[in-house]
Amino acid sequence: MKTIKSTLLLAVLAITTLAFTVKTDKGYKVGDTIEDFSLKNVDGDKISLKDYDDAKGFIIIFTCNTCPYSVANEDRIIALQDKYEELGYPVIAINPNDPKAQPGDSFEKMKVRAEEKGFNFPYLFDEGQKVYPKFGASKTPHVYIVSKPEMKVEYIGAIDDSSRDASAVKVKYVETVVDELLAGKTPSITETRAIGCSIKTVK
Amino acid sequence: MIRKSIFLLALLVITFSCKNEKTIEVISLDYNQLKPYLEKTDDKTYVVNFWATWCAPCVKELPYFEIINKAYANQNVEVLLVSLDFPKQVDKKLIPFIKKRNLQSEVVLLDDTNENVWIPAINENWSGALPATLIYNKNNRKFYEQSFTYEALENELKTFLNP
Repeated sequence: MKTIKSTLLLAVLAITTLAFTVKTDKGYKVGDTIEDFSLKNVDGDKISLKDYDDAKGFIIIFTCNTCPYSVANEDRIIALQDKYEELGYPVIAINPNDPKAQPGDSFEKMKVRAEEKGFNFPYLFDEGQKVYPKFGASKTPHVYIVSKPEMKVEYIGAIDDSSRDASAVKVKYVETVVDELLAGKTPSITETRAIGCSIKTVK
Repeated sequence: MIRKSIFLLALLVITFSCKNEKTIEVISLDYNQLKPYLEKTDDKTYVVNFWATWCAPCVKELPYFEIINKAYANQNVEVLLVSLDFPKQVDKKLIPFIKKRNLQSEVVLLDDTNENVWIPAINENWSGALPATLIYNKNNRKFYEQSFTYEALENELKTFLNP
């Protein structure tokens, strides 16, 4: 009996070890304090988080022109800004892709997309790809909710639970988290996953 | 007589083109239906690639998986291509793509909105970015959130075949 038990334990251990994959996620975790950045907006202005005196926090979304999952979420991002900017949680969108690897995500093309889609939020270009690695963003769209004054990461993940089909959404993660933060509560959701496009870099 | 020959010829052409134009169907699975494909315990090694027709790095590495599927078939290796295309675009994009590229590996569509459940279930460290690949057999299992060159993919596969 004892032998069986220890064999089982060994087997479980072996499986656990085998199932372990090299962790690729670097960057901010929930609870970390983020550094400010200064990035160029599609209107030509440089934008930093410290410019937002009245904000209570930020909905930072890594997104781009070319990823269909990002495009599928554009209307949802616009709706978030519509609802939460005046409540103190503005949306800050950042395109992390290198246009050398993905020409459709150039600064010029960002301007075109922001104009034709009527983006109501700043759409910043991570020129030189210095910002997204600090966050540890791995895909578009990838959301980070940050609260002031500590600039603390409260949530990392998806906008809602149905990235491909807006009509099938059951849980709006970002809205849930921001509503809870606005009510002075600790967020009930801190991390979620969704499919997205890998961030494009020149290797 | 001429008429008859033309008729026969036409029949032949139709039969032939039907054979060539074999209808491609892609089965659509939710995660619970996909799961058995990811947990087989037979003697094969499975290379499961998560991709989409709109994902440029996925499309770039797809030929490498096709080569593996062919070149390693006699070593009990099987490739499965799990598409994350939009369900509405299966007929318009995915199937024409499979035809155009003449893909030989099995393709299935994963259509399950509950990403927050199945992404970590497939691998705890997968952020959800595409492309991603799972290689497994009954003895070993590894997940890669990355793009592959042919050499890198082959090298990884070899660690499963000659441990």
